[in-house]
Amino acid sequence: MIAPPEEAPARAPTTLGPGPTIRIMAAEGRATAAPDEGAEPVIEMRDVSCYYGSFRAVRNVDLAIAKQRITALIGPSGCGKSTLIRTINRMNDLVPNYRTEGTVLLDGQDLFAGEVDPVAVRRRVGMVFQKPNPFPKSVWDNVAFGPKINGYKGDLNELVERSLRRAALWDDVKDKLKQSGMALSGGQQQRLCIARTIAVEPEVILMDEPCSALDPRSTLQIEELMAELKRDYTIVIVTHNMQQAARASDTTVFLTMDDDRAGYVVEQGETLEIFTNPKHQLTEDYVSGRFG
Amino acid sequence: MSATPLPVPGPATVAVERWDPRLTRRRLYGSIFYGACLASIIILLLTLFLILWDVLSQGLPWLDPQFVTGVPSRRPEQAGIFPALIGTIQVVVISGLLAFPVGVGAALYLAEYAGNSRVTRALRTNISNLSGVPSVIYGIFGLALFVRVFGFGFTVLSGALTLTLVILPVVIIASIEAIKAVPDAQREGAYALGASRWQMVRRAVVPAAAPGMMTGIILAMARAIGETAPLILVGAFTFVTFLPQPFEGGYTVLPIQVLDWATRPQADFHGLAAAAIIVILVLMLVLNGLAILVRARLSRHIQW
Repeated sequence: MIAPPEEAPARAPTTLGPGPTIRIMAAEGRATAAPDEGAEPVIEMRDVSCYYGSFRAVRNVDLAIAKQRITALIGPSGCGKSTLIRTINRMNDLVPNYRTEGTVLLDGQDLFAGEVDPVAVRRRVGMVFQKPNPFPKSVWDNVAFGPKINGYKGDLNELVERSLRRAALWDDVKDKLKQSGMALSGGQQQRLCIARTIAVEPEVILMDEPCSALDPRSTLQIEELMAELKRDYTIVIVTHNMQQAARASDTTVFLTMDDDRAGYVVEQGETLEIFTNPKHQLTEDYVSGRFG
Repeated sequence: MSATPLPVPGPATVAVERWDPRLTRRRLYGSIFYGACLASIIILLLTLFLILWDVLSQGLPWLDPQFVTGVPSRRPEQAGIFPALIGTIQVVVISGLLAFPVGVGAALYLAEYAGNSRVTRALRTNISNLSGVPSVIYGIFGLALFVRVFGFGFTVLSGALTLTLVILPVVIIASIEAIKAVPDAQREGAYALGASRWQMVRRAVVPAAAPGMMTGIILAMARAIGETAPLILVGAFTFVTFLPQPFEGGYTVLPIQVLDWATRPQADFHGLAAAAIIVILVLMLVLNGLAILVRARLSRHIQW
């Protein structure tokens, strides 16, 4: 049985100081346009609410996620960030008594329409998890797993190499393709999971706190990789680390929760805007470290 | 930042009142526990050694090629165990081959598909209880079902089917534990790549749980080799001078041969019984060794 997603233990809020002095290390190729201007949305959420049984974890979310950009979801523990991104690949459908209300569109197609098979959705929307979870198989088999189950007809060796190169892991593992994927270091394991995800050629990659179990150096590698990957993929990342959201994302969505613990979106916009000039007091308090 | 300094512990007298300073006593508890554990393992090893020494000293003089390849005889010096050895191998291998797929299938259903309702929990508890049922009861059941209703008669097949029932709970319980030990992150990882439920089970859960399942089958086979009572009920004879045919005619197994010899008055037969026990132990070592090799190969990539 799959349990509901666990929030990572909340990190102590990173004090970023007063708004205007925040250093934003802009990801390469950051679009300078306003969020909705020109950027075409791949994912659209309309009035999305998520329930575990009678508990409403997320309420009335309207969201547009732009193509080939990195969208960061930030907010305090338990505000439903993980639950929300798991609607995009219908991962929460595996949790007993879970249900989604509202509409989630991927390329204009309703992911929750009756005829949509969640299995098919998950090939198009890949996911990287909080703790690296390579399979107890060889490095090669880890990457070939997805293509095999999805009936890939091309050259598997070529695809495995291409995916590993794409995930900046090839040079580390090219001599140990037959060794266990679990024998790699934490950062390498996470890049293996990214290689495994892109091997099935998804459109969107969801990352649920992909660096929370990694050291700063591996974290930086993953962030560089994300900047590289957004040329081909739309990336949605949940993070507790505000500095990470600030330096690695193009768009930021800030969520918080009501007294009844239902999470909702407070504000969304250009990362720079959210961190330097937020419109809401709640956002300001959170990104400046006064709350959360 | 001029932080306030950490509170300094109060005067020594206060500390003595509040904290037990007797570190030696804590260390002593640790030593006592360590000693108790050590004593337990010594008792175990001593018992094992005494049994082995007893068996080897009595049995080794009788153990020769003729004993292994010969058939039972009224004259101890001519007696052998070949029919019983072959009967044991047939019974154990057939019941292992039957119990493994059925046991793993049942475990996958209970642990992976059935959810965690009250019914499945009750079912799991009952299966655990089944492994504690005296095996002679399985013998009575096997006699009624396999020998009589199915008409398999007093054959190796009836014996193997009966032993399958005896060892199934062991296989199922070990497999359920192995399946539950597979982290959910593995299931999610497979699902996230677009696996259907069957693909997730087949390619993520089963390979990860396989070593634990092998442990179950190792324990089960060890139990099957030693079972005596249920086989007596489903027709294993004590004096068989011919090789068993799996699906017709009589058969015997090593523990029954041992029982027969050990209960005879002549001392020579007791030596034969000890020699047969050595053969059982060697057979068990060989089967377990094979299973452990398979398990090591299955678990070579697993590190959690």
